[in-house]
Formats: sequence, structure tokens, C-alpha cells
Amino acid sequence: MLENMPFWPARASAAAGNVDALYIFLVVVSALMVTLIFTMVIVFAIRFRRRAGRCAEQVEGSAALEITWSVIPFCVFMVFFVWGASVYFREHTPPRDAAEVYTVAKQWMWKFEHQEGQRELNELHVPVGRDMKMIMISQDVIHSFYVPAFRIKQDVLPGRYTTIWFRATKAGTYHLFCAEYCGTLHSGMIGWVVVMEPRDYQAWLSGGGNQPLAVTGQKLFSELGCSTCHRFDTQGRGPNLTGVYGKPVLLEDGRTVMADENYIRESILSPNAKIVNGFKPIMPTFQGLVSDEQLSALVAYVKSLGQSQSEQTGARGMATATPQTK
Amino acid sequence: MATAAVGELGERENYLNREYGIKSWLLTVDHKRIALLYLAGITFFFFIGGFFALLIRLELMTPAGDLVQADTYNKLFTMHGQVMIFFFLIPAVPAVLGNFLIPMMIGAKDLAFPHINLLSWYLYILGGTLMLYTILAGGVDTGWTFYTPLSTEFLKTQVITAALAVFVAGFSSILTGLNFIVTIHRMRCPGMTWDRLPLFVWAHYATSLIQVLGTPVLAIAIVLVALERLLHLGVFNPAMGGDPLLFQHLFWFYSHPAVYIMILPGMGIISEIVCCFSRKRIFGYTAMALAVLGIAVVGFLVWAHHMFVAGISIYAALVFSILSYFVAVPSAIKVFNWTATLYKGSITYQTPMLYAFGFIGLFTIGGLTGLFLACLGIDVHVTDTYFVVAHFHYIMVGGMVMAYLGGMHFWWPKISGRMYPEGWGRLAALIVFLGFNLTFFPQFILGYMGMPRRYWDYSKAPEFQILNVLSTAGATILAVGYLLPMTYFLWSMRYGEPAPDNPWNAAGLEWMTSSPPPTYNFDEEPVVTWEAYNYDEIKEEVPVAQ
Amino acid sequence: MPSSEAAVANQTHDNPALLHHFASAEQQKNAASFGMWLFLATEIMFFGGMFCAYLIYRYWYFGDFGAASKTLDIRLGTINTAVLICSSFTVAMAVRSAQTGKRKAIAVFLLLTIVLGLVFLGIKGVEYKAKFEEHHVPGQADFHLAGSVPLHPDLPVNQAHAQMYFSLYFAMTGMHALHMVIGVGLFSFLTYEAWNGRYSPSYYTPIENGGLYWHFVDIIWIYLFPLFYLIERHR
Repeated sequence: MLENMPFWPARASAAAGNVDALYIFLVVVSALMVTLIFTMVIVFAIRFRRRAGRCAEQVEGSAALEITWSVIPFCVFMVFFVWGASVYFREHTPPRDAAEVYTVAKQWMWKFEHQEGQRELNELHVPVGRDMKMIMISQDVIHSFYVPAFRIKQDVLPGRYTTIWFRATKAGTYHLFCAEYCGTLHSGMIGWVVVMEPRDYQAWLSGGGNQPLAVTGQKLFSELGCSTCHRFDTQGRGPNLTGVYGKPVLLEDGRTVMADENYIRESILSPNAKIVNGFKPIMPTFQGLVSDEQLSALVAYVKSLGQSQSEQTGARGMATATPQTK
Repeated sequence: MATAAVGELGERENYLNREYGIKSWLLTVDHKRIALLYLAGITFFFFIGGFFALLIRLELMTPAGDLVQADTYNKLFTMHGQVMIFFFLIPAVPAVLGNFLIPMMIGAKDLAFPHINLLSWYLYILGGTLMLYTILAGGVDTGWTFYTPLSTEFLKTQVITAALAVFVAGFSSILTGLNFIVTIHRMRCPGMTWDRLPLFVWAHYATSLIQVLGTPVLAIAIVLVALERLLHLGVFNPAMGGDPLLFQHLFWFYSHPAVYIMILPGMGIISEIVCCFSRKRIFGYTAMALAVLGIAVVGFLVWAHHMFVAGISIYAALVFSILSYFVAVPSAIKVFNWTATLYKGSITYQTPMLYAFGFIGLFTIGGLTGLFLACLGIDVHVTDTYFVVAHFHYIMVGGMVMAYLGGMHFWWPKISGRMYPEGWGRLAALIVFLGFNLTFFPQFILGYMGMPRRYWDYSKAPEFQILNVLSTAGATILAVGYLLPMTYFLWSMRYGEPAPDNPWNAAGLEWMTSSPPPTYNFDEEPVVTWEAYNYDEIKEEVPVAQ
Repeated sequence: MPSSEAAVANQTHDNPALLHHFASAEQQKNAASFGMWLFLATEIMFFGGMFCAYLIYRYWYFGDFGAASKTLDIRLGTINTAVLICSSFTVAMAVRSAQTGKRKAIAVFLLLTIVLGLVFLGIKGVEYKAKFEEHHVPGQADFHLAGSVPLHPDLPVNQAHAQMYFSLYFAMTGMHALHMVIGVGLFSFLTYEAWNGRYSPSYYTPIENGGLYWHFVDIIWIYLFPLFYLIERHR
């Protein structure tokens, strides 16, 4: 019904319906409140306008009334809160098997790299019906990844990854905006999200002969010499990285951290910030030696090591050629 | 010019005709004269900021960026924001009407620290001069929010002077707030107990608390931005291990409560006007006083609702979302109590009352759309879009500016000793109301459609154009609505009818002295034996205009 | 009400310091000290922003902050702390002298305070100079902090994180020093006025408020000293 309504954004993701429903609920409740207040003001203003021979009648206040119009709105607000929070939670909890797109934002363009290896500039191709997780970082200032048709937005920060996920539901071409002011050509930092039918998407993916991101990462891993210390047995001078992703890691100072994308990235750039229990701080920093794109590949590779451990759940019909441990 | 006009009356000595000459103004410590100095300053900056706004609206009339260049556009919205917020909205009601009225309303001869009051005006002017210098020296394009690392590492514009301007203006705001708090605590006349204070005074008390406790945090954040640019400290620079979100936390710790600095005094004005023109005591005085304090206190605990998509933890987002709903309850109480005050009143529709009606309506819409933004699921979609722009303009312009204009009309007879032309006043109020809604209501729809704010060019999304054209059309009407009062206020200073001491038969100490008041406000120290808004004891109605 | 204040109230009409808009000297005094306390509240919020930044980065970069802290000169820091505590004492004595109406004593104690303040600033200057010579100034291309993280002899200091320590060190102690400079200026004025007999047991609010300001600046230092000098001295 809303599809053809003028002045209504296209609706092309699973989350969009939830957000629209919540929005319409709030609009209706607000309209009721506005009508109530406007009617009261107008009716009182006319009914109690000054007339000869009539004086104002003083009403000092009424505790019962005031409690009523504090408690009722409060209860309504709590409905808003709970509903809104549940929508937000779903938007921020990516499914574990979502396909990943590594995103690098810079003044004033979007660079995307699919886990299958496809690279794009200011255009993002995604299939209908598949969960996509954006892993995003900025090379300069704060940007914000905004697709109105999906009703999602997430700031993209320099120095660490932020993530957001969506599942497109309708083929078409939709706006991609930068929503955080990022300098002179902020309004030029735009592009398109192209949602394709799965078959068309497979065809698009197979064009170009790219190698999967994790394979690129694997090459880098050995080129940079990582594999000499991070071996796949217990003899390495660095921790064995197999299955590390998504698990808690015990640190030397007794703290525990979750090995997420940001932890892997930090461990490459400032290896001594969080030292794994039982290891020495001997790893050199790769700050300035690897680009954000190469970092994406390395992170994708380390994550793929985790997936190969749980082979049963690893397949899920993805086009990824998950490298096996050697 | 005001002095010349009033001098002709030649009757009583008052604060305007007591002394003449430029020195008697620039060195005055009379709170009423300082209020007029502020009035000149904020009017000047209001029209500068308004001029920028008009250029922004003209640029957005067409999708392509064709009127100005991208960097010019960015400077326009930045300077529009900085000028309007720091040099108009924050000082407008407190420093003009608050300054003029608070001592009179509590029966004092002056503020507690008259010299500091003058100092804060000079600081305001110094800050304003720095802002003007910034504008003339090429402008600044950080956005009024100064987000790092864009402002610290990337822009080549006048960021430091703009930061300094905001810092100095902030100092002025702190001193004004401090002065008000001490005055309200220590300078009340005999019988003026806390539960007899007009709600205008309560609102300024709450506002001052925010000014005193919030502004310094903005000050240090801005100082650190300037130091980062000068010395590359790196505190907010991720390339050096700093955290850009720390800046956002410090910035919004002030800048969210600052929204209440802008709206609470307006609420105080509306309480005065609604009571007077419905001849009623305020409905639920205690609840109204507690509500402003509640808003001020809880308002300090909600800042991160500006950062739901900025990369904070989802659990932090939950806490700040629910706290934001808490702050909405006292706002709802205020709206309902104003409405209830109308009940069984004897209502007349003079200009100030028209503005009060407008305020209640627009503030209701602004407040309710605030609930959309506090709602996590919706905020993700509409934050940083025109929805936000529309929302805060409904509060700031629809709320605060309406209240300010209402207050200016209400107390203009007291300030100038002359009546403004009532017919023109009503016409202007109507134009402002219509123009405002036409300007900003389409922006709600634009926002939900997904138009991001701070976009110079939307030629890839031409579907946004119709609503933008409507908005620009509204802005021109609004501009006329603002020029009218400016014109007839000036006109009335010479040609307006002399005002009686209490033209509205209103309650409150400020109406018990002459119009304009004598230098020390009262000929004899008043002694209060009545409650606030004792319209049950005042039998006269509001005189009918014309 | 203490009898001395009642006496103050009685002197209302012959007190030249009473401003026209106050009903009594007592009201004026109350207003002034209340205003001063409010001003100190804003100062706490001002420094609070930086303390907040310190807490976050100290938590993030724990070891590097420890290593950087060890490069500060603890002797000079301790001497400066002692100097400031002494200056608080002389300020308290100046206020006491004002209460008892000893004109010369006020001036002498105020002067002593100024001297101690200048000694503090001088020592701070020496410390800053040493930091410049050791290339411990953040934002400079030649910044370098040698050494390793405490308890980790094989873990070198992260230069960016060590810079953060010095950024905060210079920002916070610099802002503190700026307040000291303002305090010295303020006290010079107060000394001049005191010498000319402007203050009496019935009117010495400026000295009292100046004293409050000075104590406040001292207290800030009492927090800065352990946060910057002492965090790594226990091992």
C-alpha cells in the first residue's frame, strides 16, 4: 500500500517494514495527542472568550488530573521505547552467517569489497534475500553509511570498524548517502545500492575473475611473514589463530577480550596493546605498512580460519572458497 | 534613539531619560539598560543568521548546486547555526527579557552583580566580534557541531577564531547564569518566598543552572579542538590514539542541555502570558515549577541520544533512549497545564496571547517529534536527515522565537513606555505562524524520505525538490513575519501611544512600577503579601485594544 | 547569627563598600560568596572534561601512561606540591588578618602567596623546559619516549599512546598554570588594595573570595600531582 504513496521512501529491506510500522504507530499516536491538545486549546479559547458579565472562574489545579496526564503519557512513551529498542536490537545483531562487505570510506567516496573479491566504487551490488553485513572503516573523517530504502544508518569512524547489516527484499536501485557531514563535497559522497535477483547477482559476481578476499588475505599473510610465527600448531612464537574469531581471548594482564574485527585489526596495527596470555610482546607493528584494503583482506582471512574449524556450519551455500589450514 | 523618543514625555524620571549620551549606555550598570544593549546585539545577529538561512533555502530550491559553491554552502549552514545558537537563541530571552525583568519580578533594585552583568555583555560583544571576523575572514565550515577529526585535522577555514568566539560567548552565558542564580537566591524582596516566584523566574533559575554547569564542558571541548589544531595534541584524533567520540560526548553534554537553555525561558514567558490573557491563576503552580527543574536536571542525563548511530554500545543507547523519555514527561505536564489554565478563563486574543497559542501548538509538535528521535528504531533512519532539522526548528524557532516575540510584545510597554500597534501585531503573529509551518513541516516528510541534512546538491535525488520549494516559499513568508515586528517596534518608540503602567492589568511586581520603570525599579521596596498570578484578586479585565 | 555578623549588619549606613542595590552589608557578602562558590562549580565542570579524558585514556593505555609518568621529575613535583600547600596557608593567614583588621599583615601574607605562586610557576617552567629538551612534547615530529612498559622489559612504549599522556599533561597542567597566572594577577591587585586600606573587618569579601579561588586552584593540583607523577612510583 505504501509502495505507491507519494513522499514515502522505497521499502526494500526486511527491517524497513518494521521501521515503517513503528513510525506509523508513532505518527498515529502523535496525531491523536496533537488533535486532543489543539481541540482543547481551540475549544477553550472560543468557549471561554471574554464576555460581558462573566468573570474567570479560578481552578487552582488538581493532583488527580496532573498524575493522570503524567502517568498516561509515560506509559505510552514506554511502549515507544520498548518497540523502538527491539527494532534497534534486531538491526544491530547481524546473523552469524551474513555475507560480509568490507567498506572503506574516504573523502568523498565509498569503496566496497565483497568477500568474494569483487570491488566497487560508489555502487554496491547485493542480492535479494541474503543477509549482508557491512564492516566499515574510514580513512579520514567520520562518514555515515545511509540507505533510506533499507532504513539503516551507521557512522563510519576512522580508526575502528563499525558494522551494520540488512537483508534486501526487493530488486531495484536505491540511494546510498553519506549522512554525516564530512567536508566540502559531503553531498557528492553518494552512490547507488543495486539490489539484484540472486541469479543475476551470481552472474555479476562471476564476471571479472576476482579471487575471494580471504584468499588475498592468505597471500598477504605469508608475504608479510605472519605465518612464520602464527603457525597452525602449538609451536609458534605467536598464538595459533585457528578458530580465534568470535571467541573470548585471555590476555596477559588477566583481562578477557572478544576477538572481533576490531580486535584483529588492533592486533595487527598495535600488537602490544593486548598481549595474549602466555606470549611475549615480540610482534612488530604493521602501522603504515598495510593499507585499509589489505587490512580488510587480512581480517577476512583470520575470520575464515575460524569458520573452517566449524565445518558443518561453514558451507551455507556461500560462494566463498574458504581456504583450509595448511 | 529610544532616549530621544521617551525624553519628549518629559514627565517622570525613568531609566531611559535619566541620563543621555553614548557613555551613559556603554558604561551603565543598570540591568534594564544592559538588557537593551543585549537587545541590539541579538537583533543584529538574528538578522545575520536569518540572512544565511535565506541563502540556504534559495540554494535548495533547485536540486543542483547552482547558487553558491559547495564550500560556500557549507559555510552558510555552519555560520547560520553558530550565529543563531550562540549569539541569538542562547542569550535571547535570558539576557534581554530575563535581564530586564528578573530583578523587577522579585522586587530587587538590580541584579546581584551589576558590573559582572555589564562584563558579560562586553564578552558577548567580543565573542560576536570574533564571530563577525570569522565570517569576514572567509568563514568556517565545520558545522556548528565542530565534529572531530574533520574540524581539527582536515579543514583549512577559520576554525580557531570561530572556536574562540563560541568560547567567549560561553563565558558571557556562564556569568549571566551565575548572576541570575545569586540574584534569585539573595535579592528577593520581603514576602517574595520561593513559592510566590513567577514561573518566568523559576524557568530562568533552571536555565541558569544549565548555563553554569553545562557551558564549561563545552568550553573545554572547544579549547581542546583549538589546541589540537594549533599543537596537534591528538586527544580527539584517531590517528594518534585519540577518540573522536569523546569529543561528541563532551560536546553534547553541553549542547543537549543547551537546547533547554533555549526553550525553558520561553516556557516561562508563556506561563506569564497565558495567565494574564485568560485572567486565571496558573493551573498547578508547583507542578509547573518542578517541571522546569526536572527538565533541567534530567536534561543533563540524555546527551548521547544524539549518538545512536555514532558507534556507541547498544546498551548505552538503550539507557539514553529511556532517559530521553523521562525528560518528555515534565514537558507534557507543562503543555497540559497551560491548556488547563485556559479552562473557565476569560480569554482575549491580544498579540502576546496569539504567540502563546502558536507556541503551545508548535512546541507540542516539536516535542512529539522529539519522541520519534528518542525512539531507537526510528532514530536510526531519521537522524542526520531533514527530520532532525525540522524537529529542532519546531522547538527553537516555533517554540523559542514565538515565545520571545510574545514576550517582547507583552513587556514592550514596560520596556519602552509605548504601545505597539495591536493590529499589526496580530497580523505579524499570524504571518509568522503560517510561514513557519510552511517552512518546516515539509522537512519532516523530506527527512523520512531520507534527505540527509547539510546537502548542497541533491540532483541525484530530484524527488526531494517539491518539498524543498515549499519550504523555501515558507521561509520568505517567515522573513516578512520577522521584519514586521522589527519595523513597528522601532516605529512605536517615537509614534506609539504612551503606555500606562499596567496596560494588561496583569499580576506581578513588574507591573506595579511605572512604564518605563525608574532606575532602581521601585520608588519604595515592595513587600509581597500575595501569591503569584493572583488573578482571583484582580477584578479588572485586559483592556480591549482599539 | 554570629555576633560579628550582626555587628556588620549594623554598620550598614556608614560602610562605603556597600553597593546601592543591596539592603545590607550582610546581604552583599552572602551574595558575593555564593557567587564565588557557583563560579568554582563551573571551574570544576571545566576541569572535569579533561579529567574525564584522562580517565578514559589512562584505562586504554595503562602501561604507556605508567612509562611516561616515570619521566617526570618527582622531586620537582613534590616541591611544587609543598609550595602550593604553603601558599594555601599564607592565603588563609591573609584572610585571618583581614578578619582581625591587620592591614600590613594582609599585604605581607598576600605578597608571600604571590611569591610562592611565582616559585611554583618557575619550577613548572623548569619542568616544561626539560620536557622540550627530552623531546617529550606531543605533536612534534621528533617526539620520542625511550624505554619499556613497566613490568614488561621487552615491551617497548607505544609512541602514540605516550604522546597522549603528554598531551593531557601539558593541557591539564598548562590550564592549571594559566589559573595560577590569573591568581597571581588577582592577588597583586588585592595586595595593592589591602595596602591602601580598602579592607576592614567589616568588608573583606574580595580577599575571602580570592582565597577561595586560590584554594580551588591548589586542590586541582592536589589531584593532578598523583595522576601525573605518582601513578607508577609504587614499584
